[in-house]
Amino acid sequence: MELTKLTALELGGAIKKGQVSVKEAAQAALDQIAAQNGALNAFITVTGEQALDRAEQLQDGLKDAQSPLYGVPMALKDNICTRGVKTSCASKILGDFAPPYDAAVVDRLTAAGGLSLGKLNMDEFAMGSTSETSFYGPVRNPWDRSRVPGGSSGGAAAAVAAGLGWYAIGSDTGGSIRQPASYCGVTGMKPTYGTVSRYGLIAYASSLDQIGPLCRDAADCAAVLDALQGRDPRDGTSLDGQYGHLLEELTGDIRGMKVGLPVDCCGDGLDGQVRDAVLKVSDVLKGRGAEVIELSFPVMEYVVPAYYIIAAAEASSNLSRFDGVKYGWRAEQYDGLADLYRKTRTQGFGAEVKRRILLGTFVLSSGYYDAYYKKALQVKAVIKDAFDRAFERCDLLLTPVAPATAPKLGESLSDPLQMYLSDVYTVSVNLAGLPGLSMPCGFDSGGLPIGAQLIGPHFGEGKLLNAAHAFQLDTDFHKRMPKGGERA
Amino acid sequence: MTWETVIGLETHVELATRTKIFCSCTTAFGGEPNTHCCPVCMGMPGTLPVLNKKVLEFAVKAGLALNCHITRYSKFDRKNYFYPDLPKAYQISQLYLPIARDGAVSIHTPAGDKTVRIHELHMEEDAGKLVHDPWLDQTRADYNRCGVPLIEIVTEPDFRTAEETVAYLEKLKETLQYLGVSDCKMQEGSLRCDVNLSVRPLGSSELGTRTEMKNLNSFKAIARAIGYEARRQIELIEEGKQVVQETRRWDENKDATYAMRSKENAQDYRYFPEPDIPPIELSEEYLEGLRAAQPELAGEKRARYQREYGLPEYDCQMITSDGALARFFEELVELGAPPKQGANWIMGEVLGALAQRAMEPRDMKLTAPTLARLIARVGEGRLNRNTAVKVFEAIFDTDGDVDAYVKEHGLEQVSDGGLVREACAGVLEANPQSVADYRGGREKAFGFLVGQVMRELKGRANPQTVNSTLKELLGKD
Amino acid sequence: MIVNTEMVDYISELSRMELRAGEKQAMTAQLEQIIAYMNVLNQLDTQGIEPMSHVFPVKNVLREDEPAPSQDRAQLLAGSPSGGKEAFLVPKAVE
Repeated sequence: MELTKLTALELGGAIKKGQVSVKEAAQAALDQIAAQNGALNAFITVTGEQALDRAEQLQDGLKDAQSPLYGVPMALKDNICTRGVKTSCASKILGDFAPPYDAAVVDRLTAAGGLSLGKLNMDEFAMGSTSETSFYGPVRNPWDRSRVPGGSSGGAAAAVAAGLGWYAIGSDTGGSIRQPASYCGVTGMKPTYGTVSRYGLIAYASSLDQIGPLCRDAADCAAVLDALQGRDPRDGTSLDGQYGHLLEELTGDIRGMKVGLPVDCCGDGLDGQVRDAVLKVSDVLKGRGAEVIELSFPVMEYVVPAYYIIAAAEASSNLSRFDGVKYGWRAEQYDGLADLYRKTRTQGFGAEVKRRILLGTFVLSSGYYDAYYKKALQVKAVIKDAFDRAFERCDLLLTPVAPATAPKLGESLSDPLQMYLSDVYTVSVNLAGLPGLSMPCGFDSGGLPIGAQLIGPHFGEGKLLNAAHAFQLDTDFHKRMPKGGERA
Repeated sequence: MTWETVIGLETHVELATRTKIFCSCTTAFGGEPNTHCCPVCMGMPGTLPVLNKKVLEFAVKAGLALNCHITRYSKFDRKNYFYPDLPKAYQISQLYLPIARDGAVSIHTPAGDKTVRIHELHMEEDAGKLVHDPWLDQTRADYNRCGVPLIEIVTEPDFRTAEETVAYLEKLKETLQYLGVSDCKMQEGSLRCDVNLSVRPLGSSELGTRTEMKNLNSFKAIARAIGYEARRQIELIEEGKQVVQETRRWDENKDATYAMRSKENAQDYRYFPEPDIPPIELSEEYLEGLRAAQPELAGEKRARYQREYGLPEYDCQMITSDGALARFFEELVELGAPPKQGANWIMGEVLGALAQRAMEPRDMKLTAPTLARLIARVGEGRLNRNTAVKVFEAIFDTDGDVDAYVKEHGLEQVSDGGLVREACAGVLEANPQSVADYRGGREKAFGFLVGQVMRELKGRANPQTVNSTLKELLGKD
Repeated sequence: MIVNTEMVDYISELSRMELRAGEKQAMTAQLEQIIAYMNVLNQLDTQGIEPMSHVFPVKNVLREDEPAPSQDRAQLLAGSPSGGKEAFLVPKAVE
């Protein structure tokens, strides 16, 4: 059995049946990490010994295992707090910060028999679309190591694509799960805002951040979400709901489902191969009995500015606590308190983070609040309204994830505005708090994965996963794995 | 020129909840540095605030008692600034939709009655404490107070004198203590006050440039600081200089204010809605429930005591000056103590004992049932008043058992007429000179004889019985 | 033009960062470009629309006033680069 080719559910089943021990699974993943991480740089921290200890412990408790993911090795984005294990947000300023607490999702995964291999590389503080802004160096795309894996959960997407673990937990503020999932050919999902506790997720933009899975396929996503979702009294924005049934409701039956295709998402700026691949998704869904309707989504040009104003504003506040006093890194030389703050923050944050802090400080500053921040909150209401109207006509929306496939390393950062604009298909989902899923739907002429996005209404995870599952029953894009990543 | 002083107050009051505003750490005063802390109140990365139900309730109660309009849909905002006492570098407060607005408080000063308008009341979190360590030449940050719930009560600039200002603060303190929402201990910082002050020519309707004074740790300091700052501003203007809008610190020792090194010249707090805390929406039922449960406040109690118990105004004032004391008094009366006697014990012995021990009424061990029993024993003639005071002193700190103490020390009043008569006869026999003096018209001699009898009976006799018996025996001869 | 080096100095100071001369120029140009782009929002008439700070109508999320043990101080201070064992240490910050 070639373990790394299994899905998480397949591996979980094999572990449950005793065909594979948890330790064998963990060792297989650690071997892959040892072999590939040097090139991919997907992990910042590998907790191999802890993983093997945990594997033994899980093996002992196997007969009481409830979760279908029991014993399946996975990894966590490095902005999710892990007690006693370095949690860096890929930033210099956090130094070797080892939180004295676990994130709520870590507690939930532990309860489901989760086994962590370590912490995944990312854009610094989840700010970026390429995973190049990491203090620990860029992550590389396993399909083509000269290209970026997307971001900010680039380490997570690369790890799952390359078989360095069976699933990964990422976070998505404006597309940070979906876009790297798309670039790396894996299935990733940002759930409805408030359905997964943010307690212990180091905040980028609190009103938009949401934790979610990156997996081999939609069924794995359903299983991981079943473990992650739930109301948490420690997170005031977490929602009550009927959780834990996504996997069992995954039938693949989408007859009569109405899929909306926003014509505004397939216009200028979209790569032709990506457009074709996304449109083919609608054909496959139609083939399984769904109805596809075209509709307009007339707010596309406002989503990126509204998103960046709100995200940057919240970030400027959330990141003020990093000052070299309580945790993390402190500048070596300083003269007095103000200088300690200034030197630590100036030297501790990378360029993209500084850019967003300054942008956020500007839009909140005296005299500009109404024109930018308040305006963006009003536009957010308009965008939410546009989604509400779309969902009066359809069950879910089908759009691209990104305008093109993965760019080369070093191409994006020189022009920040251009990079921001490439988030045009994903950010509105966060503004409206909706669930969004990215699934592989083809490859471009260079052999790079293309992703399609499904967007559902509030609490529409079941529909999204079912549609993705239906698509994956008829296609095999999600089953392909990169070979070495050295392109001819 | 005659000048008018215009004063507005911003008062921060710590709420008497058991836990902090956004986490479950204790709010207890003191403690070793950073031992009443958790990742949430230390603002560690990834942590989130969840509002304490009691904080909301207390804030609404205070708003109702100050006759405010309660905001039915209210939100929290972030106030962003860097300072080492604020570990998140933002304070969660309320700017755009504070919990209460537009209140009014009536105050009484020798100059007359006045209504002070409340601009707003909002909820927020307290910051930590910084202490400079001269040995290390470093400042220590202690976050035990971080996240202790506060309400900030902002008045309109309605005060004209220090007397009015202090009268308002006394009324505010009394009200909040009665509500049980704060203990308002200035010395522990649970009531803190910033004074905004400006001066203008009397009759002018425009406001002058104001300064804000901080570090005012007592009502006395507030009154003195107002006097000083008003004089300072008037002198500046009369010398043709300008008042600078700034924050000034009151120096208790120098009896003067001085400008603080401006913490942030550009105070651009970049307030925005706190994304981590959903809005608060209050139902009519919720407000009605709190309105119905509002306790009787001091003013109402004073009126009732006069009306129902016929107590003098002075007594009512003394007893209601403190909520715990008033409750103590009411309990005494409920237990059957005659109101005036209860009042006398409270104003005399109880307040005396508290003052001697520098204690607050709420911290008193002695309970109302114990004092009620003591008062009853005097009423029953089983203890005389002087002995009762001795018993009081003995049991005050422990809330001891009155009857057991009396019995153990043999203090019960001698009510056996024969015994008193025997003692009187013995004293008269032993003191012929005094008897002669008395009969010779020297009234003082009688007092001496009474004293001798009481001594003989170890103070346990009823003084009236002794008097009448002595008179009777002296008359016989 | 809203964004010039003065504005960048001001927001840098507010956010306690200082940019080197060359860095500042590039940042000013980028921010100017980004903010100019954001003005596209002004094309949308939002008069009378309530700013949406919270996307779902969740309200009154409250906790009971029940104390829980605080966390061990040594753990809380373990990661502090200030080196303090009982308190966080900073350069003189008290007047």
